[in-house]
Amino acid sequence: MDDLLSEFLTETAESLDVVDVELVKFEQEPNNSEILDNIFRLVHTIKGTCGFLGLPRLESLAHSAESLMGKYRDGATPTEDGVSIILETIDRLKEILEQLEQQGAEPDGSDETLIAQLDAMSQEAMDALNGVSAEPEPQPKPENVLERDIKPGEVSLDELEAAFQSAPGPEDELSAASPEPTPEPEPEPVSVPEVSAAPVKKEPVVKKEDVKAKEGGAVKAQTIRVNVETLEELMTMVSELVLTRNQLLEMVRRLDDSEFKVPLQRLSNVTAELQQGVMQTRMQPIGNAWQKLPRIVRDLSKELDKQINLEMIGAETELDRQVLDQIKDPLTHMVRNSGDHGLETTAGRLAADKPEVGNITLSAYHEGGHIIIKIADDGQGLPTDKIKAKVISNGIATEAELEEMSENQIHKLIFHAGLSTAEKVTNVSGRGVGMDVVRTNIELIGGTIDLTSVEGEGTTFIIKIPLTLAIVSALIVESSGQRFAIPQLAVVELVKSHAKAEHRIEMINDSPVLRLRNKLLPVISMSRLLGQEDTCKTIDGEEGQIDQNVFVVVVQVGGQTFGIVVDAVFHTEEIVVKPMSNMLRDITLFSGNTILGDGSVILIVDPNGIAQAVANERTGQDVQHVDKAEASDLIQNDEKTAMLVFRAGSEDLKAVPLSLVTRLEEIEVEKIERSNNRDLVQYRGKLMPLLYIEDNLSHNESGVQPILVFADEAHSMGLVVDEIVDIVEDRLSIEISSDKAGVVGSAVIKGRATEVIDVGYYLPKAFDDWLEKRDIPNPVKRDLQLLLVDDSAFFRNMLAPLLSSAGYNVTMVESATDALKLKDAGESYDVIVSDIEMPEMDGIAFAEHLKGDSTWGKIPIIALSSHTNPDVIARGRAAGFTDYVAKFDREGLIESIRECKPMSEGEVAA
Amino acid sequence: MSEEKKKKGQEGPTSEFVTVEIAGQLFGLPIAQVEDVFMPDAITEVPLSNPEVAGVLNLRGRIVTAIDMRRRLGLGPREDGNVAMAVGIEYNQESYGLIIDKVGEVLRLGPSTYEKNPANLDVRWSSISEGVHRLEGQLLMLLDVDRILDVNGERANAA
Repeated sequence: MDDLLSEFLTETAESLDVVDVELVKFEQEPNNSEILDNIFRLVHTIKGTCGFLGLPRLESLAHSAESLMGKYRDGATPTEDGVSIILETIDRLKEILEQLEQQGAEPDGSDETLIAQLDAMSQEAMDALNGVSAEPEPQPKPENVLERDIKPGEVSLDELEAAFQSAPGPEDELSAASPEPTPEPEPEPVSVPEVSAAPVKKEPVVKKEDVKAKEGGAVKAQTIRVNVETLEELMTMVSELVLTRNQLLEMVRRLDDSEFKVPLQRLSNVTAELQQGVMQTRMQPIGNAWQKLPRIVRDLSKELDKQINLEMIGAETELDRQVLDQIKDPLTHMVRNSGDHGLETTAGRLAADKPEVGNITLSAYHEGGHIIIKIADDGQGLPTDKIKAKVISNGIATEAELEEMSENQIHKLIFHAGLSTAEKVTNVSGRGVGMDVVRTNIELIGGTIDLTSVEGEGTTFIIKIPLTLAIVSALIVESSGQRFAIPQLAVVELVKSHAKAEHRIEMINDSPVLRLRNKLLPVISMSRLLGQEDTCKTIDGEEGQIDQNVFVVVVQVGGQTFGIVVDAVFHTEEIVVKPMSNMLRDITLFSGNTILGDGSVILIVDPNGIAQAVANERTGQDVQHVDKAEASDLIQNDEKTAMLVFRAGSEDLKAVPLSLVTRLEEIEVEKIERSNNRDLVQYRGKLMPLLYIEDNLSHNESGVQPILVFADEAHSMGLVVDEIVDIVEDRLSIEISSDKAGVVGSAVIKGRATEVIDVGYYLPKAFDDWLEKRDIPNPVKRDLQLLLVDDSAFFRNMLAPLLSSAGYNVTMVESATDALKLKDAGESYDVIVSDIEMPEMDGIAFAEHLKGDSTWGKIPIIALSSHTNPDVIARGRAAGFTDYVAKFDREGLIESIRECKPMSEGEVAA
Repeated sequence: MSEEKKKKGQEGPTSEFVTVEIAGQLFGLPIAQVEDVFMPDAITEVPLSNPEVAGVLNLRGRIVTAIDMRRRLGLGPREDGNVAMAVGIEYNQESYGLIIDKVGEVLRLGPSTYEKNPANLDVRWSSISEGVHRLEGQLLMLLDVDRILDVNGERANAA
């Protein structure tokens, strides 16, 4: 029996035992989805492994059982019959496994009746799920099914039947006795006579002996199986021992010439060795987790008809047994994924001009107390568009949200629950127990997973996990007089900030940021996070004075990097992580607590929790969306606007509203092409025109070029800038309007005069050069109230600075419905500018609605539309629009607003 | 008085209680649930925790979550300057310590002295008390450990 199979047997037997117990629990608590998920996953794993080992009977049984459980997981109410039939299946699985163990091959036999029952149950559950009130008609139990569960070693009547039927006719007698499934209940194993017939025991140790005995001549194993819990306990005890030793040492140190000194020294050494030894028992080469992979890949390549070469580097890298166990399944899953989805078929590879053998490279190495595992393939890369479509159809993110994401961020959505890009459920993958499970498993052990993917070139997954779960290297810091531990895994670097130094903390509207190598890093004060602000000395509120003599722990979580401000940093220490008590577990900022060498308890900060807190803080300030509940909330003109500050063409600061910018990109200068007298770059499969702040400028000679990408549904353009300086949230008030082309005006942003760029000037330039240089009308003295209704955030944000620079007090809403809410709330405006094409209520309907209204009926409405055909214009006028302006025609709009203003001043303005 | 009490409470099934004192009031904890009694020392505060949680501390190598019973009962801080005591409790395989003023003795109490919580009892008290025993000269409130440790109200919400 090869190693793979024997490992499979041990593991599956263990899994089945768990399933047994869990199923019974599940029957009692049918609503406990956690139990069900667990069972589902176990059976899923069994099914998958069976598939690869070529065990069709086990596989098909597990598959049907899994399908049925899948229905329950989807919400069908589990029936008693359903659970029994699953239990029966589990028993059957065990039975087959036992024979497999004895004979090294799957016994012949048929499980059709059982599978039919399972499938019927699935169907019934599905009908129930779909609301078909199918009478739970009693399953027509095939008569030859035993009423009781089949004991291990027994053979069901079905199998006997099948064996009889498949046996050659004239030797009926013989065939009854000799088919592979040993027909007698509690049979003496015929094929392996030297082995005792002891049934499989649950105790792993005993089982190992059994296996060994069976192997007979096999080399005596140098290892024994020890319960992980035993090791765990040992570990804890050693940790306590270390603590006690430290205390003793401390006490003896105070005594001069103590007789304890020498024995204590010896105790100390022994303790250290013991600790190391116990740690060693837990360490295993990662290759153990990779053993199955070559076989799996080989089978996979056959099944999928792909040529796959698996390369494994660093198999000797050691890590904690517990961690190893936890990553085994995710790794297997990911390698399968790489083979199934990552690599193209041979034909596909040849078509893509690649060598026909696809490569999957698995590598592992140590890096500062962690182990890095990379799974790389040279396949087709992640299909960004497919992921996007799936994300939208599954409601995980909206199109607008996706627009703001970088390609890498979109790729990372594959880790999101319920997103499998495989189009059909295959044997290999695609049941929705996918990358999210991988991620969860990895995060559970304090690891992180990241990926990079280039379409056409391949995908690389990078897993970073701690070497051991029990002991974590942590940085001990102090904040507000209290010490905390920050896991080293997340810490990128430590920075000491000084008022005069290069690294200093500055405030942007109450949000501290750190200048670090010419980049701004958001920082958050630990004491503020922990609500200890009163005693906080790190960031002093006095006149923006910041105590600069603090430490910033730069932390990276996922793709997010930020700084945590602490008062002092002590040292790193290996700590034994203990979970927080249940009562404190809901505090997401802490992942656990530990006892330090001096005996005191300190809390372990969870970088993930902090990252979340940071994110929450940010969204708390960021009021972008219209709250539909409260009409008064709709008014946005006092809201702060996030501005992107950059330099382009000169040293002066320039800014655009951040919401207008779809993405910030750095492109390689070599990729910029010149065509038809303009610079273009291939961007997401399309040609994107590049524009410069001034026409005579050009891009960098070499290296990378930062660009701001502006995009709406159909077009995108890149604005070439020299440097992106900052993102600032401030009230946007244009103080000096400008007559310079492309500039809305100047505003004070973060205390500095900044030119606010008019994106609307550049946009049409990118697509069409029809627009002549515009002249900005003189600012109007009196603040006129203007309501802008447009569903596109892009146009709202483009027009708002323009209109406010022309002297209007602009209120923006994203739909006609929201506008009507404002009307009901008693708001009044001098002029309304409305888009025509909007979802729900369009501009025409909106105008018609207002036409007869007593309060808003007389407010002039100007229509905005991208369509300027006379038909639409006529319809608009009929509906009650005062004027009709094309969307890009900004001065036309200003002109039009000014024309209708006198009328409004007389009649509406109070 | 304990001797007398022991004899008096012998009608019906009796059980033993560890008595503790908080702000002058006598409380009883089922003896089976009390692991040990210790002096809480070097408590590490847990920011953002419920106010009742005094913090975490190291008790012979175990991390114990300490609950300030005065805060749990809505009482003011201790002012007499005496050293506080704590009762160690094992709950769901986790160690907790209830910080109280003083530990008393062990009493055997039976149903004869038992009464339900009076209706006018402060809800912060009645929510963690199982009832009252009429002792001579004073009343003993029975503490319900499960409910004390249910600071997050999970049980209450689930019920």
